[in-house]
Amino acid sequence: MEHTSTLEKVLRASALTAVVIFFMFPIFWIILMSFQTNETILRVPPSMIFEPTLSNYRGIITGQLETNAATLEINFMRNLWNSVFLSVSSVAVALALGVPAAYAFARHKFRGSEDIAFTLLSFRFAPPLLVLLPLTLYFQQIGLADTYFGLVWVYQLICLPLILWIVRGYFEDISPDIEYAYRIAGHSWFATFRKIALPLAGPGIAAAGLLAFIFAWNNFIFALVLASADKQPVTVGALAFITASGIQYGQIAAGIVLSVAPTLALALYAQRYLVEGLSLGAVKG
Amino acid sequence: MDTALSLKNVDKFYGPIGHGVHAVRNVSMDVKKGEIVALLGSSGCGKTSTLRMIAGFEEVSAGSISIAEQEIHRRPPAKRNVAMAFEGYSLYPPLTVRENIAFALKSAKLEPSVVAAKVTEIARMLEIEDILDRYPSSISGGQQQRTSLGRALIRDAALHLLDEPMGQLEPQLRALLRGRIKHFIKERGLTAILVTHDQTEANALSDRIAVMEDGILQQFDTPEIIKDRPENLFTGTFVGEPPMNVFNASVRDQDGRVHLDFGSGLSLDYPHDAFSGSVRDSIVDRGNIVVGIRPYAVHRTKDQGVDAKVIVNQWLGDQSHIAAEFAGATLVLVEHDRADVRPGDAIKVDLNPENLHIFDPDSGDAIAHGAELVS
Repeated sequence: MEHTSTLEKVLRASALTAVVIFFMFPIFWIILMSFQTNETILRVPPSMIFEPTLSNYRGIITGQLETNAATLEINFMRNLWNSVFLSVSSVAVALALGVPAAYAFARHKFRGSEDIAFTLLSFRFAPPLLVLLPLTLYFQQIGLADTYFGLVWVYQLICLPLILWIVRGYFEDISPDIEYAYRIAGHSWFATFRKIALPLAGPGIAAAGLLAFIFAWNNFIFALVLASADKQPVTVGALAFITASGIQYGQIAAGIVLSVAPTLALALYAQRYLVEGLSLGAVKG
Repeated sequence: MDTALSLKNVDKFYGPIGHGVHAVRNVSMDVKKGEIVALLGSSGCGKTSTLRMIAGFEEVSAGSISIAEQEIHRRPPAKRNVAMAFEGYSLYPPLTVRENIAFALKSAKLEPSVVAAKVTEIARMLEIEDILDRYPSSISGGQQQRTSLGRALIRDAALHLLDEPMGQLEPQLRALLRGRIKHFIKERGLTAILVTHDQTEANALSDRIAVMEDGILQQFDTPEIIKDRPENLFTGTFVGEPPMNVFNASVRDQDGRVHLDFGSGLSLDYPHDAFSGSVRDSIVDRGNIVVGIRPYAVHRTKDQGVDAKVIVNQWLGDQSHIAAEFAGATLVLVEHDRADVRPGDAIKVDLNPENLHIFDPDSGDAIAHGAELVS
C-alpha cells in the first residue's frame, strides 16, 4: 500500500461526500416528498421536519387521486405493470434475436455483414420522431397501433442495436481458438455456442440486457404516440398528475419512487454479477 | 502401408479462389501411422493454414484430405477424430488446469478414476502437477502452453496436431519435454503433426520434416536427408544453423581441371576426377551455378586453398563462428576450438568438392550434392 497522509485522506473523504450528496440529494428529496402532502411540500421555507403520511402511496395504489377540488381516477399501477411488461418482453425479444445475431456478426464475415450491422446501429441515432410519424400511419393500417405486440416491436429500435453491438464486442474478445478447441473435442457448432461462447460472453450479455432494460423503461415518446391509456408505461402515465387543479407533487414523488424502484433493484442486483464476471478475467484466455 | 493422413493437391485461398491470397499451393503428402511429422517454415509460409485445414477450421479451397484413409475435408471438426494443441493455448477460462485437461476426455465417457489417473500421468510428464487446481488466468504462459499440450495429448485421436507446442517454454524444460513427449507419442503409437519454425525442435521431435515456403511444400523427408541432400536452394539455406554459405560461380573446363570462378578474380580449381563425369558434364554445360557449402564443412588451411579476410570471430562457448570476406560475399565457418584469428586477418580456406551442394541459379533446384548428381 502506498502511504497516504492524513490531509489527503480528509480531502479525499470530503470530495467523496460532496459527490455523493450532489448525486443522491435529489433522490433523497424525492423520497421525502413522497411522504408529504402538497401543503407541506410547498411551504416556504422548505423544512425536513413534517408528519409523514402514506396518503400519496395509498392514492396511487388504490387509483384515487385526491386533489383539493375533487377525487380523480388514475391508473398508475396499470402503467407500472405496462412498464414492466413492455421492458421485460422487449429485452427478452432483443436478447433472443440480438445475441445469435451478434455471434454471427462477430464470427462470420459474410457479404454485407458490416452494412447490416451498421444499419441496425443507425436506428439508435435516427431521431425517434422521424420514425414515429410514418410508423403511426402504418401501424393504424395494419392494426398494430395500441397493441403490446406493436409496442414491443417498436421497442426493438431501442433494445436490439444496443444488445447487438455490445454483445458483438464481447464475442469478438473471445479467442475463436477456445471455441475450436471445444469443437475439435467432438462437439457441434451449436453446443459450442451454448457451452463456450454464451458463458464467456455472459457478463457482456448481462450488461447489455440491463442497459437495454433501462433504455426501454425510460422510453417516453414511442408509447406516448402509439399507445392508449391502458397500455401506457409510467413515463407517460405520470402526465396524469398534472391536473386541472394543480400539480400533485406528493403523488408524483411517490410515483417516481415506485417507478424507479424496479430498475434500481435490478441494477443493484445485476451489478454484483457484472463485477464478479468481469473481475474473473473470463475473456482473456 | 498404413496411412494416417493424406493430403492430395491441397490449395488454400483466403478470399476468392484464384484472386485471393494463395496461402497453400498444391500440397500433397502422406503421413504414416505412428509417425511424427514437423511442418517447418517461416511465418506466413502456409504451415498453420495447412494444419487448420486438417483440423477443419479452414475450408479446403481445392484438393482433398484423408485421415485413416477416409476423406474428411468436408466433415465438421467434431467428426474428424483429431486432437489439437493451439498456439494461443485456448484454455477454458472458467475451468481449472485439471478440468481443462480432463475436459478433452468428456466425450469419451470414461470412469472418473480412469480420467483422474490419465490426467495425473500427463501432468507428471509435463511437470504441471503442482498447478492442477489453479485457473488459466493465474498461471504463466509456459504453464498454459503445457496445459494445452496435455489437453491434446490425453485424447485418443487418430491424429494429434500440435501448433508451435513449445514456443513459450524455457530452454531447459523444452529440451526435457521434447524427449518425454516424443517418448509418449511413440510409446502409444500416436500420429502427430507439429507446426514449428524452430528447426532444432523439428529435428529433435520428428521422423520427417516437411519444409514449406510460400505455400509450397519444398521438401518432405527425414531430417538427415534434408540436411545432406536439400532438394533446392531454399531448403538448403533454410535448414541448418548457421545457414549454408552460397556463392554464384561460373564453371570452366580447362587444362584438365574444373575451374569455379567466383568473380573478383577468385577461382577454385579441382582435378577432373574430383567430380563424377555426369556432375562435371552437367555443371560445365550450364556454365553458371550456385555453390553452397555448410559452415561446418569449410576448413582453414595453411597453404593451399583460396584467400579470405576475417570480419568477425565469435566464440560461442563451445564453438567459434568465423565470418570472412570471400568472393565479395560473406563466408561463415565453424570451428570447434577457440580460433586464434582476429578481424582483418588473412586466412586460406579449402572447399572440398565432396561437401559442395550445387544448385541451378535460375530454378534453385539442386544439381549435385558432393560428387553425386541429383537424379
